[in-house]
Amino acid sequence: MLELLWLIPALPFASALVLMLSGSRFPQKAATALGVGSIGISALLTLLVAASFFIAPPADHSYTQLLWTWLNVGGFKPDIALRLDALSLVMVLVVTFVGFLIHVYSAEFMMEDEGYSRFFAYMNLFVASMITLLLGDNLLLLMLGWEGVGLCSYLLIGFWYREPANGHAARKAFVVTRVGDTLMLIGLLLLFTQLGTLQIQDLMQRASERWPAGSGYAVAAALLLLGGAVGKSAQLPLQVWLPDAMAGPTPTSALIHAATMVTAGVYLIARTHVLFSLAPAAQFAVAFVGAATLLLAGFSALTQHDIKRALAYSTVSQIGYMFLALGVGAWQAALFHFFTHAFFKALLFLCAGVIINALHEEHSIFKMGGLRKELPVAFWTFLIAGCSLAGLPFLTAGFFSKDLIIWEAWSADHGHPGFWIAGIVGALLTSLYTFRLIFRVFFGPLGTPVTKRLGYAMTIPLAVLALFSFGAGYLKAPLLNFLHSALPATMEAHAGGMTETGSEAVAAVVFLVGLYFAYLFHLQKRSLAEAAVLNPLGSLLHRWWFAGWGFDWIYDKVFVQPFIWAAQVNKSDFIDAFYSGVAWLADLFYRGLSRTESGRLRWYAAGMAVGSVVFLAMVLFR
Amino acid sequence: MELAFYIASAVAVLSTVLMVTRLNLVHALLYLIVSLLGVAVVFYVLGAPFVAALEVIVYAGAIMVLFVFVVMMLNLGKRSVETERQWLTPGIWTGPVLLAGVLLVEVVYLMRGVPAALGTAAVDPKAVGTALFGRYLIGVELASMLLLAGLVGAYHVGFRKNEKSGNRTGDAT
Amino acid sequence: MTEVAMTNGLLLAGILFTLGLTSLLVRRNLIFVLMSLEVMLNAAGLAFVVAGARWHQADGQVMFLFILAMAASEVAVGLALAVEIHRRFKSLDVDTLSNMRG
Repeated sequence: MLELLWLIPALPFASALVLMLSGSRFPQKAATALGVGSIGISALLTLLVAASFFIAPPADHSYTQLLWTWLNVGGFKPDIALRLDALSLVMVLVVTFVGFLIHVYSAEFMMEDEGYSRFFAYMNLFVASMITLLLGDNLLLLMLGWEGVGLCSYLLIGFWYREPANGHAARKAFVVTRVGDTLMLIGLLLLFTQLGTLQIQDLMQRASERWPAGSGYAVAAALLLLGGAVGKSAQLPLQVWLPDAMAGPTPTSALIHAATMVTAGVYLIARTHVLFSLAPAAQFAVAFVGAATLLLAGFSALTQHDIKRALAYSTVSQIGYMFLALGVGAWQAALFHFFTHAFFKALLFLCAGVIINALHEEHSIFKMGGLRKELPVAFWTFLIAGCSLAGLPFLTAGFFSKDLIIWEAWSADHGHPGFWIAGIVGALLTSLYTFRLIFRVFFGPLGTPVTKRLGYAMTIPLAVLALFSFGAGYLKAPLLNFLHSALPATMEAHAGGMTETGSEAVAAVVFLVGLYFAYLFHLQKRSLAEAAVLNPLGSLLHRWWFAGWGFDWIYDKVFVQPFIWAAQVNKSDFIDAFYSGVAWLADLFYRGLSRTESGRLRWYAAGMAVGSVVFLAMVLFR
Repeated sequence: MELAFYIASAVAVLSTVLMVTRLNLVHALLYLIVSLLGVAVVFYVLGAPFVAALEVIVYAGAIMVLFVFVVMMLNLGKRSVETERQWLTPGIWTGPVLLAGVLLVEVVYLMRGVPAALGTAAVDPKAVGTALFGRYLIGVELASMLLLAGLVGAYHVGFRKNEKSGNRTGDAT
Repeated sequence: MTEVAMTNGLLLAGILFTLGLTSLLVRRNLIFVLMSLEVMLNAAGLAFVVAGARWHQADGQVMFLFILAMAASEVAVGLALAVEIHRRFKSLDVDTLSNMRG
């Protein structure tokens, strides 16, 4: 069964290829069958492979399938090899399963779009690249998948390319992640030149043998890889692209920018955890980035009025939690949070899509309201997902995963009370903004009337995802045990003054506090919310957090404007002068020569006479 | 006989100079005819009586007459004299005279050191005819085709369809 | 016939040709242009005849004959053109007929 591993990425690739080559006139039913079917079969195959992996685990809990050798140059021999272990299996399961549900949803959501088959081509290509990234045996193949998902992200954000703003958002996403990709590439080069291989297991082994803990190379390589992860996962300081990426279609936001692509950074760090363990400074940087981002994004999410942007900042914040977990050494907790987050975040985005679609492209939550009765399915699923996100105690998956992280932030060997406080404040913010969304959108007087209803293709994925948002938490113990084969267990260093139950209790209290204040400001006495915004300090904070803490403005002033200025100045440099000089010379000759063609008879006769004089002179006075 | 050569050549050159500088078109034409006659005498002196006769009959007698016909037909009159006076400023002569002078100097230089004297015997028409219809027969045929082309071309260019102004030649007035 | 140096004959031809060339470059009236062409052709023919007389052959005269035929047809067409131009543009100024310029 495990030999079918290569089909999991290959089928979506093939489907994407067919859809891309067939153009926009491909019949919609065929495109649906191909686009959704390929992911469906991939998901099925993943389940089969997973079952086989569980029932009869291969040696060393990992299975490598060598497809062919990519290059063989002077000892550098990366292969196209797929490696399956607990870490990649969990992630591939999530990607294919959630991906399949989102594809089913998109079949109805994008039904009237003229770029239907193009959409599925890109989505399939994305899933294929993501799986390649996850299953890649060496960092070069991982880089291939990394670039592939970046490309698909660009293509899908700018899917409705006729609108220039979408193109800008796509370019911004691409350029910002490119910065991260460049850092990652430098890291890869560093690793290769120092350790001589890019095959991940070899790399980790050689690194632990040759580099002492805390060595400069380890720290440098780890920080560079962190740079790449930060770009792809939209963490500080490269988080600016994700809110703008909401310009893409909602299924894209759900799949790429919530559940899967943005977690590629988490996967990278988890995969190279040995390297990070060798570089405590880098690991601290990971945790710090995670903590800072989760707070920053949490504050920003509190002020957004576009529902998708709020969810985007929420994603940034939750991935901050995952980074925090990785940074303190709670590897399995990070993966567990990824697992639950994928379900409820995808669900939140899909519901948002339903709402936006039903209200005829209305994005602002301040214009929505009272949709509880109008869109019951959306309401209940959004509620479940929102509670999961905010961490409703014991009933939702999000509670288990987030609380595990918050607890580990205190107690893990690299943990620190400061991280714990950040986690708790983040949980408060999460609860606040989530219920702000819920109360504004679903309660209160009716805002914009509903114009469209949903069909089954959109309802069923919502239901399934809601079920998982609910119940995935009960998979905590088996999942953590399973991941133990790939990631080291978190060592509990000091629990001084806090127990796990105590941490959970604080988190539960924080959840309720957030719920209460959200209720107060956004349902009961909405005037309080308006007053808070009008207050001078409140207005300042509101505007600052709304603009994402001013990062866009800083980057614009520091990078974008100088670059544009330099490009303008350089527009006519000496190389250009050379080429335009050639043109100018040709023009000069043209002008000169066309003067001689004056059309006057006597001029031509004189020309002939001069010519004969010259020739005779040449003959005579040779 | 040499004297005849020099006198005739002097006449030819002089009348050509006069022709070049006249303002009146008809005067210039007449001077040209004189020049051609002078050249015809030169031909005779050089022992080519046939071409001497041809020069007079064809060149001066037909071609120049054609010129005269056309000039008379154009009926340019006094205005053309004025125009010519306007156009022929003294300054306009410098460039061409210089250029032609240089060319002449070069040609003269080419000719230096050619010692040959021209022969005594004349080449009579019989010899010319033999050469013409013997060796140069194809040239004769081509020349006749050329003349045909000239004829057709001249006729076509000068042809005029029925217009409001003026009837076609041949119609009764 | 007494002997005439060939140089003198060719010199005469050269002078006549030069005069014709000068006239061609100076004059603006189309008829004058055609006349100067005649002068030049005549001079060339004279050179041929001189050369033929040098070698006592008929070839020079034959060549002159051809030149004559060519001059005749050229004059015919040229004058027809002059007449047409006079009709159309009301002037025989060669400089104004310069539409075919670059």
